[in-house]
Amino acid sequence: MQASQKTLRTQHETTWKLRMQEWWFRNRALIGFAFIFPWFAGFIIFDLLPFMYNLYLSFTDYQIGTRGIPPWIGLENYIEIFTDDKLFGKSMYNTVYYLGFSVPLRLIFAFLIALILNLRVRGMELYRTLFYVPSVVPLVAATVIFAGFLNTRYGFLNQFLVLIGATPVRWLSSPDAIKPSLILLSLWGFGGQMIIFLAGLQSIPEDLYEAAAIDGGTGWQRLIYITVPLMTPTIFFNLLLGLIGGFQIFEQVFILIGTNGGPLQAGLVYMLHVYNKAFRDFEFGYSAALSVILFLIIFVLTILLVYTSNRWVFYGDSQDDET
Amino acid sequence: MIEDPRSKMIRYITVYVILTAGAIVMMVPLLWTVSTSLKTRDKITIRRLELIPDPVAWENYPYLFEARPILKYTRNTMVIVVASLFGAWVPCTMAGYAFARIPFPGRNIFFGVLLATMMLPYVVRLIPLFLFFDEIGWTRTFGPLILPRLLGHNAFYIFLYRQFFRGIPDDIHDSARIDGCSEFGVWWRIFMPMSRPVLAAVSIFAFSFAWNDFLNPLIYLGSNKELWTLALGLNALQGFEGEDNSLNLIMVFSMLMIIPMLIVFYFGQKHLISGVTAQGSLKG
Repeated sequence: MQASQKTLRTQHETTWKLRMQEWWFRNRALIGFAFIFPWFAGFIIFDLLPFMYNLYLSFTDYQIGTRGIPPWIGLENYIEIFTDDKLFGKSMYNTVYYLGFSVPLRLIFAFLIALILNLRVRGMELYRTLFYVPSVVPLVAATVIFAGFLNTRYGFLNQFLVLIGATPVRWLSSPDAIKPSLILLSLWGFGGQMIIFLAGLQSIPEDLYEAAAIDGGTGWQRLIYITVPLMTPTIFFNLLLGLIGGFQIFEQVFILIGTNGGPLQAGLVYMLHVYNKAFRDFEFGYSAALSVILFLIIFVLTILLVYTSNRWVFYGDSQDDET
Repeated sequence: MIEDPRSKMIRYITVYVILTAGAIVMMVPLLWTVSTSLKTRDKITIRRLELIPDPVAWENYPYLFEARPILKYTRNTMVIVVASLFGAWVPCTMAGYAFARIPFPGRNIFFGVLLATMMLPYVVRLIPLFLFFDEIGWTRTFGPLILPRLLGHNAFYIFLYRQFFRGIPDDIHDSARIDGCSEFGVWWRIFMPMSRPVLAAVSIFAFSFAWNDFLNPLIYLGSNKELWTLALGLNALQGFEGEDNSLNLIMVFSMLMIIPMLIVFYFGQKHLISGVTAQGSLKG
């Protein structure tokens, strides 16, 4: 009696579970949508609509007093940018100058230090931490620290230069030194890329090096023929993110030298120009056009990099290819 | 190839010399920050290098709390941090789970859209979003800073979760479902507990991005001092009153922003590496 009741209950439970399962299976489309709904709502509100509205704004003359629908002026903003805006060329030059030095230098430092740390030397954890810690410092704090560190009279760097008998430099107030100062600040944070390189290096199979050693490969050959090719995806990843981030440099400059970009506007980077046009001059339409141009530059650059990457990025062969 | 022990020795020494020199250069700005934060007012304006503060002005730290509303700044920053963590833990994991495990129609298209948004620079959304929030009267409030975070509007986190969830064996998922567990149950009771490493890594990112955010608070909260975050407070201390004679207080403030980050990274270190390797799986 008891036993049959138990079976009955189990049977009942099983059918209930089966029914549930069926329900979940039939409604998986609905459930899937429900799970991604918050993200999707965010995508519509914070990505898609703003992106399209920004494009539209760039063809209008939307200024501070504009009421109702902003007047459509076609390509006028773009024409003005390319023919009449001296700061456009200046800020683009400053940004590319900054990028041209900071991105490759950071990649090289990060890669070399990661290579050395990967030699499994004793005390490696300590060194890894020491190199990594500066990149953990919040950007605003790092920038403020550099503002003091590079202070002409009371900063460490100049006092040190004086100590060793060199000439002090007006790091943040002379037009020639502003961009190098920004590059210095960006180099200080190379630890983030270094950690990514280190993780990549440690995932290279040991037997590749052993095989090379048996074949009499020197350390240099191992580096050129094994390490570097296997690291190209990571190099590519860091290069792409470095470039995209570099084009959008803003906080550092805003805090270090202010919105006008310092003497001779030597530190006026592109994002600062966009910010000034929108939030200082309230020329939102014009600023939107500037931002569209930056977007197009980043977009084309990304496409070009991805497109040319098959020539130099080694996407590991599958197991079958190796045998 | 047998190496001559002497050349091996030389190589070791070279490695240590390079590493030590590099580490010193990297640490000098931080050491200088600590040292300056402990200097008295008249010591910071001495035009001579003096690394060890004498006398040590510990009182700078409590003094900053008097001189600036640090606790208010911290509370305001934490509002953003908490919203960010909620978004990272709930909506982002759900989306990551759906992309990895629920075969709903159009999933690949949605995932493609997700990846595309990762490439969308922030600048093209800056002005429309500002105008939109201005229109609905949300500027000078936390709204524009919290709403996107509460919705889990971060493609990068979702991507990391998806990569991790895909690595969990099918058997676990299947057996749970055969036992009558709903998708919601599988996500909450099985995947979430198994995902501690990636949860930890994403939490570190969420914390540090919220802690470090500057441009958004600047645009939306810049004119409302009541809601200033630590980053805004530090910027104001350095920008408007950044006379050379408050250098020590600026460095105290910097230390207050750095220390929590160091603690978070110290405890999350090993998870971060796995998060980073998940990042590396972009290539796959």
